[in-house]
Amino acid sequence: MEGFGVTFAFWVLSAVTLGAAGGVVVSRNLFHAVLFLILAFIGVAGFFVLLSAEFIAMAQVIIYVGAISVLVLFAVLLTPRAGRDNGETAMALPALLLAVALATVFLFVLHDTDWATVTASPELATAELGEALLSTWVLPFELASVLLTAALVGAIMLVRSREEEAEDALA
Amino acid sequence: MTLELEHFLTVGALLFSLGLFVALSKRNAIGVLMGVELMLNAVNLTLLAFSRFSVSERPVAGQTFVVFVITVAAAEAAVALALAVSVYRNRQTVDIDRINLLKS
Repeated sequence: MEGFGVTFAFWVLSAVTLGAAGGVVVSRNLFHAVLFLILAFIGVAGFFVLLSAEFIAMAQVIIYVGAISVLVLFAVLLTPRAGRDNGETAMALPALLLAVALATVFLFVLHDTDWATVTASPELATAELGEALLSTWVLPFELASVLLTAALVGAIMLVRSREEEAEDALA
Repeated sequence: MTLELEHFLTVGALLFSLGLFVALSKRNAIGVLMGVELMLNAVNLTLLAFSRFSVSERPVAGQTFVVFVITVAAAEAAVALALAVSVYRNRQTVDIDRINLLKS
């Protein structure tokens, strides 16, 4: 990938995404952490555009920035007395060591490997993605819809209150 | 300066490590879930980077995989947050240090 615009966009997106992820780590208020998380999702969507995956970028904006973020915000708002505290457990230091070790291994491996890459963009149209989803991968596609239905029903069952269950038992 | 595969993989690796730290260290169950979401995003970024830069017989496969990862992540988020709300209703906390019913 060449060009000043693309390179500039990459560095800005890197700063935004990693900065927002760092904000999730350091912010003491859980509500602020969720807002930082939304910013990180938007940054990742920008990366998807840079990688010429426009459909995935739109799906990322709709599903992550739109749906999952609202879900997380609702969960924060529905658990008020649990506090907006975003503190660490006693395992913070081992977790930090593990995360740093993992990052070191990852960075070492990916800079030491000679990747066989192409510079030209594969030029994928969204139509091809849709065709592949409904022909080659139609079985996992249908299974995904079953999974989403099961998750929907399961989530509703989990958050029902005792009174609602009693009402349903009477009906 | 040209952008290579390594640039995107570096961002993905750093994002994954940050997500891992959040998932392992946060005391709030919703915070843990936010770490998992960050890790899933890092994996998606890595998959799409490989899909864009690698030689492949099926170039659309990488993007298809990302679609399924996003689907499963959405289902996982819905169930996990419902669990958090359910636990809060019964125990008035989502602090994972204090959800220790199975500890004798």
